[in-house]
Amino acid sequence: MIDKVISLEEAAALVPSGATVSIGGFTSQRHPTALLRALVRHGVRDLVVYCHSAGSDVDLLIGAGCVRRVEAAYLADGVFAPIAPNWRRFVEAGRLEFEDYSNAAMMARFSAGAMGLPFFPVRSMLGTDLLEKEGLSAEVRRTDPTAAPKKAAVVNCPFTGESVVLVPAIRTDLCLLHVQRASPQGLVRIEGQEFLDVQQALAADRVIVTCEELVDDEELRREPERNRIPPFAVHAVVPVPFGAHPHSVHNCYDYDPGHLALYAEAARSDDAFRAYLERFVFGPSDHAAYLEAVGGPEHLETLRARSGLGYNPELRRRP
Amino acid sequence: MSAPFSTFELMTVAAAREIRDGEVVFAGTGLPMLAAMLAQRTHAPGCVLVFEAGGVDPRMLHLPMSVGDSRTLTGAAMAAGLMEAFTYLLQGGRIDVGFLGGAQVDRYGNINSTAVGNYLQPSVRFSGSGGAADVAALAGRTVIIARHERRRFPERVDYRTSPGWIEGGDSRARAGIRGGGPAAVVTTLGVIRFRPGTKEPYLASAHPGISPEHVQAETGFPLDLSEAGETPPPTREELEILRTTVDPEGVFLKRH
Repeated sequence: MIDKVISLEEAAALVPSGATVSIGGFTSQRHPTALLRALVRHGVRDLVVYCHSAGSDVDLLIGAGCVRRVEAAYLADGVFAPIAPNWRRFVEAGRLEFEDYSNAAMMARFSAGAMGLPFFPVRSMLGTDLLEKEGLSAEVRRTDPTAAPKKAAVVNCPFTGESVVLVPAIRTDLCLLHVQRASPQGLVRIEGQEFLDVQQALAADRVIVTCEELVDDEELRREPERNRIPPFAVHAVVPVPFGAHPHSVHNCYDYDPGHLALYAEAARSDDAFRAYLERFVFGPSDHAAYLEAVGGPEHLETLRARSGLGYNPELRRRP
Repeated sequence: MSAPFSTFELMTVAAAREIRDGEVVFAGTGLPMLAAMLAQRTHAPGCVLVFEAGGVDPRMLHLPMSVGDSRTLTGAAMAAGLMEAFTYLLQGGRIDVGFLGGAQVDRYGNINSTAVGNYLQPSVRFSGSGGAADVAALAGRTVIIARHERRRFPERVDYRTSPGWIEGGDSRARAGIRGGGPAAVVTTLGVIRFRPGTKEPYLASAHPGISPEHVQAETGFPLDLSEAGETPPPTREELEILRTTVDPEGVFLKRH
């Protein structure tokens, strides 16, 4: 029988420096952060990261020096970091290649990649600087094969004459997702919002899924209408309980307000962020050690979602 | 008679009053979520909330801290994703009113949530558009929430992330945008609206204790003050609902 289960370290080794990568989830929800911390420990460099609304997942990679370029619509951690702090510092210092799109445009770009189309039309971005200003230089667009030759193109609809904006497809080497449940055969069950995970997965050559719980394939096949990613499109599965901490996983646990606040503070300077990485990424030898470092089982229990709500209504979001 | 209230509470109430009963509302992170929850519990019990991350028509019990929060799914009609929210609901023309925030807002209600200064190496870099540029272009109308200071209200924004009335007149339509546009800018000092036709801004109301002249002094473009009234203060009922039902934890209220 097919068995796609590998370890976190093995999964990290599948992501080479220079790869194009997309990361699932949305702001402070359901990012594969345990896998991202393993990537940082492996010393991965020069990643080209595509996202729509990211949080301290992509921000962690930026701050750890793993990223060459980000193409995104938004980076923030809700009320804890209205602007993702490493993202802000690195762009202000000219230390990062970046390109801005809107969320609908990034959605369209991933959709085009998933559908095997070279572009997708949207009605957004007309009359804005998202069309007028480009983050990537003409030189990068000409010489870097991972950069689209043009940011976007305004065309007249051949049927009605209306203006529409075409945005270029995204295809990535890898898509990294974190979900609630998956089978060893690569069948995936997402609970709560899908965000853009399905399109991101289908726009990638290889999908690596980390999950809270490994379950029998038969169990997930009993309700096929709830499965949205074909298992043959998934390359590897890694069971990682609390694998999205400090972010939330619907029906499993809430975001960790204390840790998100600590992260937001640390990411405001190089020195403080280096100390953060030492304490939470390089220091702990594996994921179990990380969970101890952030407070251990007693603390993690305080984040547990209440059945029927999907989050913890008792969570104190202000210190 | 009105109880003491904060500026943030007054803005939330003013924003809530922009929502009409039965409307479909696209609510962004922060004050708009409080405004929409307040509207549902007061004058617009039939308004429907849509969150860009995929929560559609929830019956929320607890305030979300961002639009992707699990709290946007309680009692929801659908837990969908960006595809449904942006393509089918927003671009498909099913959103009546969208709420937008921004670091800079200019004369014609264009918003900058991208960068101040040189775009490539800015003096301040923000989170970026997110769904704001999409909402600004595609919602039936928009309500903008902003902190009112002269440097944040320039004649022209440094970077136009979200289109308002562009350069006034019919420039929005000429840019190829089909409808929508800003109806109101609810600020820390008052409420700005736009004239039909010219799209020139005017001060509809200044908040209690704020003079129209002070609003003009804090604004980097000319405001017509001739019709400026006073923003109606929150009622006791509105404050009670905001403080005890919508945000009893003070997730947003206590930060302002």
